[in-house]
Amino acid sequence: MSAVDDRERTESESEADQVSETASSGNGEIKQDDSNASIILFFIVGLAASLVVGWVVFPKLLYSQKEQPVEFNHALHNELVDEGCESCHFFREDGTYAGVPKLAQCIDCHEEVQGDSEAEEYFVTEYVQKGREVPWMIYSRQPPCVFFSHVAHVKKGGMDCVTCHGHIGESESLRPYEENRISRYSRDIWGHNIGRISRNSWDGMKMDDCAECHKKENVNQGSVQTHRGGCFVCHK
Amino acid sequence: MKIDRRSFLSFLIGGAAGTTLSPLPWKLTDDIAIWSQMWPWTPVPERGDVSYVNSACTLCPGGCGISVRTVGERTVKIEGQPGHPINDGNLCTLGLAGTQLLYGPRRVKSPLIKMNGRFVEISWEDAIAEIAAKLKELRTGGHAHSVAAIADSDRGTVSQLLNRLLTVYGSPQFFRMPSIHDNYELTLNLMQGVRATAGFDVDNSDMVVSFGSGLLEGWGTPVHMFQAHSRWRDAGGRLIQIEPRLSNTAAKADNWLAVNPGTEGVLALGMAHVIIKESLMHAEFINENTKGFETWKQQVLDGYSPAKVAEITGVEADITAKLARDFARAKRPLAICGRGKGLVPGSVQEFIAVHALNALVGNIGREGGIWAIPESEYINWPEPEMDDIAATGMQQKRIDLAGTSKYPHARYLLHRLSEHVNSGVDSPIQVLFVADANPAYSLPNSAAFTEAIKKIPLVVSFSAYMGETATLADFVLPSPSYLERYEDRPVVAGFNRPLINLTRPVVEPLFNTMHTGDVVIQLAQAVGGSVASAFPWANYQECLEETMGDKWDVLLEQGYWVDSEFNPPAWSTAFETESSRFEFVNPAIDAMPHFAPVQPAGDEAKFSLVLIPFDTMRLWNGYIGDPQFVIKSVEDTILKGNDVLVEINPATAKAIGLKDNSLAVLSTPTGEAKVRIHYYNGMMPGLVGLPRGLGHTAFEKNLAGKGVNINALMAPVEDPATGFDAAWGIRAKLTRA
Repeated sequence: MSAVDDRERTESESEADQVSETASSGNGEIKQDDSNASIILFFIVGLAASLVVGWVVFPKLLYSQKEQPVEFNHALHNELVDEGCESCHFFREDGTYAGVPKLAQCIDCHEEVQGDSEAEEYFVTEYVQKGREVPWMIYSRQPPCVFFSHVAHVKKGGMDCVTCHGHIGESESLRPYEENRISRYSRDIWGHNIGRISRNSWDGMKMDDCAECHKKENVNQGSVQTHRGGCFVCHK
Repeated sequence: MKIDRRSFLSFLIGGAAGTTLSPLPWKLTDDIAIWSQMWPWTPVPERGDVSYVNSACTLCPGGCGISVRTVGERTVKIEGQPGHPINDGNLCTLGLAGTQLLYGPRRVKSPLIKMNGRFVEISWEDAIAEIAAKLKELRTGGHAHSVAAIADSDRGTVSQLLNRLLTVYGSPQFFRMPSIHDNYELTLNLMQGVRATAGFDVDNSDMVVSFGSGLLEGWGTPVHMFQAHSRWRDAGGRLIQIEPRLSNTAAKADNWLAVNPGTEGVLALGMAHVIIKESLMHAEFINENTKGFETWKQQVLDGYSPAKVAEITGVEADITAKLARDFARAKRPLAICGRGKGLVPGSVQEFIAVHALNALVGNIGREGGIWAIPESEYINWPEPEMDDIAATGMQQKRIDLAGTSKYPHARYLLHRLSEHVNSGVDSPIQVLFVADANPAYSLPNSAAFTEAIKKIPLVVSFSAYMGETATLADFVLPSPSYLERYEDRPVVAGFNRPLINLTRPVVEPLFNTMHTGDVVIQLAQAVGGSVASAFPWANYQECLEETMGDKWDVLLEQGYWVDSEFNPPAWSTAFETESSRFEFVNPAIDAMPHFAPVQPAGDEAKFSLVLIPFDTMRLWNGYIGDPQFVIKSVEDTILKGNDVLVEINPATAKAIGLKDNSLAVLSTPTGEAKVRIHYYNGMMPGLVGLPRGLGHTAFEKNLAGKGVNINALMAPVEDPATGFDAAWGIRAKLTRA
């Protein structure tokens, strides 16, 4: 038998199967409705369950919550300094940004315990006296493929800290650091809302968030090669 | 309610629909993408404080300023320095890949001595003592003039310290690597009477005619040329490229004239003929500021009619005439020569022809024209005291006979060194120092130079990288890399203002290296006597700071010193010839043999094709071989696996029965190599094109063994007028492998 004949035979057999199936399920309309209802019900159950998993369960599973090593009150410190955020998060003379203060800076005031807070006492005994750096977890840390210059944004672009970092400077305690179990980066990068629905400019620090502003502000959009946004502004 | 197969499937479909409407798949995809960037074997710079240092790139003569970003102790990125007069923030692929040279496997990590054919580590004290002992022995034995040195340049403190060591020691055998600047300097000297390098005001030209110069292939100051090219595009300037191969420059030019190879100078004279005949020249300049025009005019009118030029160059008479008229009528025309990246000096009469063409339209020292840039005279060390041995030694002839009656115009003829060393039983050179140069790879007929270097009893390389020449040396005394040391780098590659760059340490030296300047000073002190007293500095740093004088602070602050006020002098005072005018002809030029295009070496009957080298921005043929990132960027029409492709016109290839992509043997009178055929309609029939920069035997596996070193197939052809190597090609044949 040739291959063509073989295929024809198989097709005709399956047609015969379909005919017999239709005949056997056509016993009554009530049964048909019941079956349809259950199909729809199961569809809805599946849909609802997966939506709950995707929107509610998944984010809870995805992020682990970690407490910062030392309790810190931004609001309290902010009242005591003259130059706002830049008093501690300052720019060096060459324009580079110091980032999170190192122990050496904290020691300037906290060589001895100043007040009566437990957190401060813990900080002084555990870190200052032992000369250990505090392993702060940084909410806004970007992957190493991203080049970010604070001086370009703050000094040249005239942006304020709140635009990207929110009102952390007014907070009285540090919120838990939520770490993505897969990518190991902070939840703040994606934004707190798992659907990336953002209400504020500081909700999310993904590439799209950067690009949106760069486009609006026309930051080096003229790539020589593509005449579009310059990839190498940040990825360099 | 019945739970059957259908309801189960329905549940799954509902689940799938719901999942796509939830952020889960999109968020997971994104997270997995980021997770994949963090595999432990993916190199990521450590976290740390970021700093920037303004320094200079030294990987080619182009003189770019760089801004180097360092995180903690590690350099992570090199970028162009914004505001630098050469490159203003841009940089080429080689410059960007510089960190790979700093940290890569080709670094020499400590001083080495060769024992029984293998390198073993030696202390700096022992190495310098051993070399100094040999120097002392030769000197007392009356062989001072048998010590030679090769450097990439004769400018800057390091080259000059080396030269000074040779001089006070008693040897005139200082060499610099050949380049088109040998000819540009000579041309300016012959026609304008000045000791200067040629500077090109390319930013202000509105029509550039390039006689084979690879303006977008790494000629002159490569990054500056790319920027100038973009400016011509924007401002409506034109670029005419004259060469037998469709190079990148030709492809990006407004017009490409495929000229018979080696006849570019003839075409320049053909253009001059039209300009003179139609009285389109710059009358004021010709009448008031030149000498010998009438004689030269007659030579050009008699010898270079467009019809005759068409016969020689293959460019039709009408086209030459139109090009000449456009050139003469352009506001700020500029003619440039020196093939490819400008590594081979070429025929001086070709340079004279092109320079005369520039003079004819009056663009000498004018905006958009060609400027004479005086050699910067910042090295003003006191005249050294010469003892008897030094004075006698300096009276001896240079081994290459440069500056003698045989080669009166040449200062350095490095290609002649191997011939002399190889011809006798004993090498006339006993000690050879090599600094920042890789002649065993990059000189034409590299095999002959390799043979010569093996014959020289003591070869000392100062290379930071284990290149071909360093591999052959008896001592390798590694200098710190350019990212680890201070050094002045005067830019002479055709920039239109006097400019000195300063390289600065970006990181602490990674290995047990010593600055070549310090080695030279210590060698001199070990030799003692008047040799030592010619080097009054405690170390190189002191010498450098003292030499730079008041420029030092500027160099430290911005990384370069530029004479931004520089303007070429007015015609009335610009020329230092006997007549104080620009000289089209004079006794020195007349004394040269009659101008004829240089012929390639080899017998036409045996070798029916002609091999021409070509350059690209992706392959570097000088002291530095391609770092890993750069060799990866070489297209597969040049390199496939380890095979190099030769460009050949399909008609020529078919005539000798060679299929596209087939293997073949390329042979020349100098050597042979296995290659792959690449049909290329952009190559003139009868020619075979092979890129420079491949076929390294040294360096790491990413580069070594890839392709063929064209210098192993080439041979120098001496320009009868100067002795410079003028080979633009060599006779060759291709046979099926």
